[in-house]
Amino acid sequence: MKNRLKSFSAMLSSVILTLFGLTVLTFLIGRVMPVDPVIAAVGDNAPEDVILRVRAEMGLDQPIPVQFLHYLSQLLHGDFGMSVLTKNPVATDIARFFPATFELATAALLLATLVGIPLGVWAAVRQGSFTDQAIRVLCLAGHSVPVFMLSMISLLIFYSALGIAPGPGRQDIIYDGMIPTVTGLMSVDTLLAGDLDAFRDALAHMAQPVIILAYFSMAYIARMTRAFMIDALKGEYVITARAKGLSGLKVVWSHAFPTVAVQLITVLALTYAGLLEGAVVTETVFSWPGIGQYLTTSLMNADMNPVIGSTLLVGLIYVGLNLLADILYRLLDPRVQ
Amino acid sequence: MVSRRNFLIGGAALPFLSYLELADTAFAATPKDILVVAQQLDNMTSLDPHEGFEAVGGEMISNMYQKLVRANNDNPDQVVPVVAASWEADAESKVFTFKLADQTFSSGAAVTAEDVAFSLQRAIKMNKSPAFIINQFGFTADNVEARIVAKDAKTVTLTTEKPTSISFLLFCLSANIGAIVEKKVVMANAVNNDLGNAWLQKNSAGSGAFMLQAWKASESISLQLNPHGPYKGNLKRVIVRHVVDPSSQLLMLQKGDVDIARDLTSEQLRAAQNDKDITLIQKQIASLVLISLNQSNPNLAKPQVWKAVKWALDYEGMQKNIIPLSHVVHQSMEPSGFPGTVKDLPYKRDVEKAKALMAEAGLKDGFEITLDHYAAQPYPDLAQAIQANLGEIGIRVKLQSAENRQVLTKMRGRQHEMALSAWGTDYFDPNSNAEVFCINKDNSENAKNKPFAWRSSFKDDALAAKAEAARDEKDPAKRIALYEALQRDFMENSPFAVMFQTTKTAACRVGVEGFRLGVLSEGNTYLETKKA
Repeated sequence: MKNRLKSFSAMLSSVILTLFGLTVLTFLIGRVMPVDPVIAAVGDNAPEDVILRVRAEMGLDQPIPVQFLHYLSQLLHGDFGMSVLTKNPVATDIARFFPATFELATAALLLATLVGIPLGVWAAVRQGSFTDQAIRVLCLAGHSVPVFMLSMISLLIFYSALGIAPGPGRQDIIYDGMIPTVTGLMSVDTLLAGDLDAFRDALAHMAQPVIILAYFSMAYIARMTRAFMIDALKGEYVITARAKGLSGLKVVWSHAFPTVAVQLITVLALTYAGLLEGAVVTETVFSWPGIGQYLTTSLMNADMNPVIGSTLLVGLIYVGLNLLADILYRLLDPRVQ
Repeated sequence: MVSRRNFLIGGAALPFLSYLELADTAFAATPKDILVVAQQLDNMTSLDPHEGFEAVGGEMISNMYQKLVRANNDNPDQVVPVVAASWEADAESKVFTFKLADQTFSSGAAVTAEDVAFSLQRAIKMNKSPAFIINQFGFTADNVEARIVAKDAKTVTLTTEKPTSISFLLFCLSANIGAIVEKKVVMANAVNNDLGNAWLQKNSAGSGAFMLQAWKASESISLQLNPHGPYKGNLKRVIVRHVVDPSSQLLMLQKGDVDIARDLTSEQLRAAQNDKDITLIQKQIASLVLISLNQSNPNLAKPQVWKAVKWALDYEGMQKNIIPLSHVVHQSMEPSGFPGTVKDLPYKRDVEKAKALMAEAGLKDGFEITLDHYAAQPYPDLAQAIQANLGEIGIRVKLQSAENRQVLTKMRGRQHEMALSAWGTDYFDPNSNAEVFCINKDNSENAKNKPFAWRSSFKDDALAAKAEAARDEKDPAKRIALYEALQRDFMENSPFAVMFQTTKTAACRVGVEGFRLGVLSEGNTYLETKKA
């Protein structure tokens, strides 16, 4: 019990230290970058007296350590500051943009996992065969073709040429302002509103970006699964199971896969974190108002409060998912226990 | 009996088939009474007309608010009466009296002189970025209530500090800072003495063609028809969707998911030109591409070098080969479409003349220099062409590419040597550019005003005096003549090589009619837009 408490407090300190480091780094980058945030707020043509006044209002006339302490005290009170661009508190903006990314990332991860793991296992079982080579090429393409190119090709074929997929955006224009925001997840909110047509429309709009992101992630998951599985299939316990006369399927899924599954937890956690970080390019091409687009728009406009807020969120996601992976590892792998 | 293989194939095909069905229901043409526009909305910060000072926000504001007068896109020498029915100046040209026309706010209330006085006073008291456009007439927070007065329900007077050209005053009042807001609604939503600023950033209280329904930052803006406003067409709503990628904008336009695409680049415009379902509306806007030579560099401070640079550049070649659809060659400091703009193109590539000027400056062997430029296209391509052109006369240019704001920040700190950048005009009067390019009263580091000329350490008192004389001239015809002379003087004797003027294009689906682009973004209007 004492050991567990010690381990938990070490973990917690590491999380706090990581987030603090991230805050310091992002804050400093924001302050030393060669772009004047005041110009972003008032425009390049604003007169000098307005620039000076706004600089003081934003606290940018103070020394950097004072600015940092002020920002830190705000953060500890749960205040991420205001966005110059949207005129909203950053927390409100994140609550609006993050669900769009969460919806995309979760659906993409589910699809990537459902396809990637069986493909990886299949390739490992048929190692060296035509099937293995075909899966390898498929994965290589998924990982090496730029996402923006896949997105544009997808739009050109399925939206423009064939006309079987809807265009960019989260919903058709006829639903604009019709669906009350409850969770921020369009698929859920349309269901809560009881509008099945809008629900189907939301799913249709999700399909292309989800499939593209899933393909990209699937390639990684399948490659890792294959590598883990090839190792697992060499294990003595697998040879023993085969010697006992168990069927191939049973050997693979009941004996070899459980050890692979433990290793895959980290792979899935990191893949999910990467997706939640915001697939900027996919969000841009598909006009998906997610956290990736929010972060880049803010960065391009030197709107630093949203940049720091979003970076902290991404950091928190990474730390949180790593923590979850650690915990699951401990629960599922008896050797760690 | 279904075989295992067929069952598996069927199972695999199921998601695809059901997706087809989903997609089928997802499509619907845009409704006839809703205009859908694809546009980049990412630099909009406020929809308060007395605060917003960016292009996209300015356009939205001008569709929701009216001003006493507006600029005339067809005849830039005149203004069009809107809330004002008529106006007159006293003999001294200090007191200006406006009689109001009958206009109605979106709430149904009539626009009164009290609303007009309140709105102009509010702009001065808030003193946000665009306030300088009207506080240059001597209005301050302390005196504005005495100087801008509602005399009766339909009469407003403005008293300027000094005798003022009425055309200058009217052009300034045509800017969005002169927008009329409904006093009662705005003050009902005021908090902490902010004159309703926080509320008006995301709401509207005007008498324009449309009113704000919703603004979801980085997502969309929905404008709803003002039932009491001046719009007479068949639209009930205008929905502007934030679509960042120009390629996506074109695809959506071609598929009919949007009616107008606003940010197509040359690449997409070439495709759109040949599409029979698309019509292109083009307008030269008040945005100039120019090279600034910082006068703190001894080589660049020589007037012969200014001229050598101007004679060395291949304006036509760059326009034809790099920016044929997005810019035109333009060499005056005033953009085409403005009152009194000179359209002369005195400079064309003449390497020998440029070399002779370099020799005259004592720089026969040339010199090395850094050119800062925006990283976004077409600036890198233009910078390379400039590098090649100047290389021929011995100026060895090192290119330094950076994000736009980074270049602007560097220029504001006077840290550049040469810079290739863009300049957008603030308001519809020749003084707007003349002031920033010609009048630099204090060239010290801690100057109170830091106009564009200051950024390149350019100070020419004679040029400044001419700009001030043109600004204050009361006879409109003489005023224009003075500005024409000033532009020619500036072309000849300034360290700024104005090269191009930007052309903006709106690509519309066939059937969309009446959308107008203005030389300033506040002239972009849906007022006459109809959809077949």
